[in-house]
Amino acid sequence: MFDFPELGHFWVYLSASPLLGLTLTLCAYVCAQCIYARCRMSPLANPVAIAIALVSLALYVSGMSYQRYFAGAQFVHFLLGPATVALAVPLAAQVPRLRRTFLPLACALLCGSVTAIVSAIGIAAALGASGALERSMGPKSATTPIAMAVSQRLGGIPSLTAVLVIATGIVGAVGARFLFNAMKIESHAARGFALGLASHGIGTARAFQVSAEMGAYAGLGMGLNGVLTALIAPWLIPLLLRLC
Amino acid sequence: MFASFAILLVFQCLGEGIVFIFGLPIPGPVAGMLLLLGALLAWPRLQALVDEGARQLLSHLSLLFVPAGAGIVAAASVGNGHWLAIVASLLASTVLTLAVTAHVLRLFSDRQNRSVMGDEHV
Repeated sequence: MFDFPELGHFWVYLSASPLLGLTLTLCAYVCAQCIYARCRMSPLANPVAIAIALVSLALYVSGMSYQRYFAGAQFVHFLLGPATVALAVPLAAQVPRLRRTFLPLACALLCGSVTAIVSAIGIAAALGASGALERSMGPKSATTPIAMAVSQRLGGIPSLTAVLVIATGIVGAVGARFLFNAMKIESHAARGFALGLASHGIGTARAFQVSAEMGAYAGLGMGLNGVLTALIAPWLIPLLLRLC
Repeated sequence: MFASFAILLVFQCLGEGIVFIFGLPIPGPVAGMLLLLGALLAWPRLQALVDEGARQLLSHLSLLFVPAGAGIVAAASVGNGHWLAIVASLLASTVLTLAVTAHVLRLFSDRQNRSVMGDEHV
């Protein structure tokens, strides 16, 4: 029969090793993918949002701390680095196209990147958010590793920034189709670039599921906005904080 | 698969190294991405080597955000009392960014050349 003290020891052993966090992450992702496929890949059933909800629920129910969970899940988190490097591959395939559309892309990049930072801080300040919160909010459209680095540099809270970045990605991936349809923007290039710029990797993941062209432009938007945010945020955000 | 993964890691190391040596404000992986882009353009044959691993990794990009996203559990207390400001600015700012970027891109590409950007859809 079950020996409960033994089971308790086993749980202590399991939750101390990285195995459990890793297993939980992959199982939650597989479940989320199944739900996403069931919903015929509707943007409303975003797999990142579902997987995060499942993991959070599991942590809440089991009482496992986030630090413990992350000790295992960090192996997945680590892959964000090589995945960022891998974005060069679809980008390189789009280079001939980019040469022809350089000027429009450069203008859209600059306008979009500045809009993302200014509107996030402006609205948060207008609603009474504090300094550290605004600093954590500023780089939210850049990809996770960049946004966390920028936030840390500026005195924000990197872990809060990570959550805000991911929420931004989910909002864009879920809402973009409806917004673009309402604005009558048809071109996959424009849709993809805007989605990647505003919603980084999560928007890019969504764009790749729609078409390879849209995905490539999204990867481009994400990559360029990441670089631009890393370059302009360190002086734009302190300037905005002084104004607000 | 493993060869391409090794190449990606090598470029990430190069990126981290350059960022560290020159004290650049951009993160290492982004520098690595730019280096790999340059390398792919200089030696198109490299494409065949990295292609498989890169595609595998990018097709499951969503998975990689789950660990950081679950940090909501730990970060929930940090935003205490400011969740309205956070949610409102997050929603409004994301929609605004999407709209501005797509609009500017359409405006300029219409002006530059009607047939370039939207050729398959017009």
